[in-house]
Amino acid sequence: MLLEILDPVILARAQFAFTLSIHFIFPAFSIGLASYLMVLEGLWLATDRDVYANLFRYWLKIFAMVFGMGVVSGIVMSYQFGTNWSVFSTRAGPIIGPLMAYEVLTAFFLEAGFLGVMLFGMTKVGKGLHFFATCMVALGTLISATWIIAVNSWMQTPAGYAINADGQFVPAGSWLPIIFTASFPYRLVHTVIAAYLTTALAVGGVGAWHLLRDRTNPGARKMFSMAMWMAAIVTPIQILAGDAHGLNTLEHQPAKVLAMEGDFEPSPNGAPLVLFGLPSNEAARVRYAWSVPHIGSLILKHDPYAPLQGLKDFPQDQWPPVAIVFWSFRIMVGLALAMFGLGLWSLLARLRGKLFDWDWLHRAAVLMGPAGFVAVIAGWVTTEVGRQPFTIYGLMRTADSHSPLAAPAVAASLVAFILVYFAVFGAGTYYLLRLMSKPPEPEEKEPVRVPPRATGVTPAAGVTSTSWRRSERHG
Amino acid sequence: MGSLDLTLIWAGIIGFAVMAYVVLDGFDLGIGILFATLAVGDERDRAMNSIAPVWDGNETWLVMGGGGLLAVFPLAYAIILPATYPLIIAMLLGLIFRGVAFEFRWRHPRHRPLWDFAFSLGSLVAAFAQGVTLGAILQGIRVENNAYAGGWLDWLSPFSMLTGVAVVIGYALLGATWLIWKTEGSNQSHARRAAFWLGIGTLVALAAVSAATPFLSYDYWRRWFAMPGVLLTAQVPVLVVICAATFFWSLRASSERLPFLMALALFLLSFVGLGISIYPYAVPRTVTIWDAAAPPQGQIFLLVGTLIIIPLILAYTSWAYWVFRGKAGGTGYH
Ligand code: HDD
Ligand code: HEM
Ligand code: HEM
Repeated sequence: MLLEILDPVILARAQFAFTLSIHFIFPAFSIGLASYLMVLEGLWLATDRDVYANLFRYWLKIFAMVFGMGVVSGIVMSYQFGTNWSVFSTRAGPIIGPLMAYEVLTAFFLEAGFLGVMLFGMTKVGKGLHFFATCMVALGTLISATWIIAVNSWMQTPAGYAINADGQFVPAGSWLPIIFTASFPYRLVHTVIAAYLTTALAVGGVGAWHLLRDRTNPGARKMFSMAMWMAAIVTPIQILAGDAHGLNTLEHQPAKVLAMEGDFEPSPNGAPLVLFGLPSNEAARVRYAWSVPHIGSLILKHDPYAPLQGLKDFPQDQWPPVAIVFWSFRIMVGLALAMFGLGLWSLLARLRGKLFDWDWLHRAAVLMGPAGFVAVIAGWVTTEVGRQPFTIYGLMRTADSHSPLAAPAVAASLVAFILVYFAVFGAGTYYLLRLMSKPPEPEEKEPVRVPPRATGVTPAAGVTSTSWRRSERHG
Repeated sequence: MGSLDLTLIWAGIIGFAVMAYVVLDGFDLGIGILFATLAVGDERDRAMNSIAPVWDGNETWLVMGGGGLLAVFPLAYAIILPATYPLIIAMLLGLIFRGVAFEFRWRHPRHRPLWDFAFSLGSLVAAFAQGVTLGAILQGIRVENNAYAGGWLDWLSPFSMLTGVAVVIGYALLGATWLIWKTEGSNQSHARRAAFWLGIGTLVALAAVSAATPFLSYDYWRRWFAMPGVLLTAQVPVLVVICAATFFWSLRASSERLPFLMALALFLLSFVGLGISIYPYAVPRTVTIWDAAAPPQGQIFLLVGTLIIIPLILAYTSWAYWVFRGKAGGTGYH
């Protein structure tokens, strides 16, 4: 048993899953927040209304923290391919390496280069140039998502490769089929929408929290309204995107979808929808299943009587761990339905002119504030665990991908990561909640405009920082 | 032949990225190393503010170095990282503490000493781990069948400890000279004093590492001292002496920028020296850059973008530095 736990492959997987899941929480928020800040600043420039400037500054501080945590946890990821998955890196490096290097060149430098101006440059560059910096940061987050999802999608639905004499995956010719694999568009759309939705729910939760205390705070009203539009409009789109994604996965990774559905047995006359149950790989069935006949085929084939394969049509050593995939998928979909409900409720409240008055709506929005993060992690767990036992689907097994490392080294580093991540990101979460618990300033004035200084000393930063800082002192 | 040239170009680009990382994040980390010696309050705040807008961009060169290695020399990436596993993990953890401290220290006045400590210790650990990694690579890595074949503590040796200390001192020098440039008053005079001793320390460390390297293997020895190469390699120590003299002179002359530029020059020269020692290996004495190279399709694909995008990156990064020119203020946007 102990030896099994100390299997370096299991340890390396645990380490990758842990660090990546924590990492992704931050991009899910910063992709959405960067775009949100861009919209706020754009609206501010267009309308000159204070409420947008205030919201911009309010969320900018939060964005700075989220982005910082995303950066440090992301650097860990870029080195983990080599530390923990060196065999994978040697063999797949010629394909995924250039894609990730392009991510660095086109996205990371762009974000980092303009981030300083976005955060600290309000008084040093003109409004237009500052807005440009904000836009570049937002654009950088989206470009980054595009490349990394291209990498992940290639691992899910590999294409355009050949295998050379050293056993390496190399481009067969053009790079286009490698970047635009079969699952790439679906995954990109679904993930970017997920980031926007996650952010909308978090923003909405914060707005609702402050509305429960003071319904007249204009900043809280504005952010709540913006977020509820987003939830109402984007959740249905996300559900449609998820459905399309599922159909695509059924075509390219059928075993994954069958695991999500808990379909062990083939269903020649139409598959039931298993709502709940306890799937077991060993028993090869779902214990205590509650199912509804034919709905499974209706969802996956859009025809209740269409035949569907079962996991038993595949060799058992190619099944993913069914229970994890089954449950993570249900968490994601369940949360999607709850978000949908929240969106409808907000539309109803808006229609009745009570968007800022229904306490129960606000309480529900507070409760749903973290829902996006949970759904996003559940979604990635479905995707990644569902790909098992392969790192490159159908071609390279996870068990053959790891580094030649001794178990104690990997175990020690896993423990170190867990301790450090809980301490650092735990503290970060606490500070974020503290920032969010302060209401947006109802009357905050514009920062004093000081012309960009030449060289030498000016107290510019000192003067303006008082207005930046004010909300902190009030808290 | 075509792919041979490409591989050389790529070795140059990766070398450039590593060099950019070392000097840019070098002064950030150096400020972290010196941070504990700065007075609590304004002195620390100004030191922090002198790098807060740029550290993220500086650190990105580390991702570029790692990502580039994976893309173009996947074999080297896959050998070096497992061989230096505990060092890389320590560096990553150090960088985490260092990176979050920029924001966290402003978030709660009573927690500030804690995050200031995290900032110092994180910087110190990251710098030391990078230095030890350098030593581990120089002293050689055991490779069998194109994979790392040693244990997980093979990197530990007196030589790698020496390079670790050398890098810490060198980064601290970069940090101190950066502070001379970007601060004034007590900050600046403090940095000037520190820079003097760190300058001496850096030269001693440089001499010790240079003296030890040729003894690691006959190969290094021949590269540095055999005729006629010695005519070329002898230039490096000569230039080091010139830069060092200029450095101390500029400190005494109260110059604000020259000390930093001379510290940069010393780093550049050390880097050239390392290049002379290592070339043409990606993993010294076992895997050459051609052994480690990815197939040409990938190299070409990435090269096209790199040649277009790196100048752009340099342009907007310079612009960001220019926006934040002048002396650092005591407060940020927090
Ligand atoms: C919190 C979530 C959120 C996020 C991440 C975004 N938006 Fe949005 N946006 C909203 C929340 C919102 C909203 C709820 O749906 C708004 C705000 C005001 C309103 O009534 O609807 C809205 C309005 C809104 C408007 C009309 C402004 C007005 O008339 O008041 C535009 C042009 C955009 N959005 C564009 C974007 C773009 C191009 C985005 C990203 C690329 C984006 N939004 C991200
Ligand atoms: C950012 C979003 C991502 C998240 C949240 C995520 C999540 C996960 C999770 C939860 C696992 C563990 C699966 C298991 O061990 O059962 C995993 C494994 C893995 N993922 Fe992803 N992943 C993401 C992106 C990527 C990308 C972009 C790549 C490749 C470039 C990648 C490559 C891998 C590899 C190599 C493993 C190996 C470990 C394993 O399969 O167990 N992942 N990931
Ligand atoms: C009813 C609604 C939804 C359906 C049917 C759905 C469907 C799916 C499917 C089938 C996958 C796995 C695809 C694969 O591995 O090939 C997936 C992954 C994922 N889901 Fe959902 N999803 C829904 C809602 C959501 C929501 C609300 C979020 C977040 C706010 C979300 C976030 C994600 C993420 C981040 C992934 C991993 C990346 C990817 O493969 O796209 N999903 N989803």
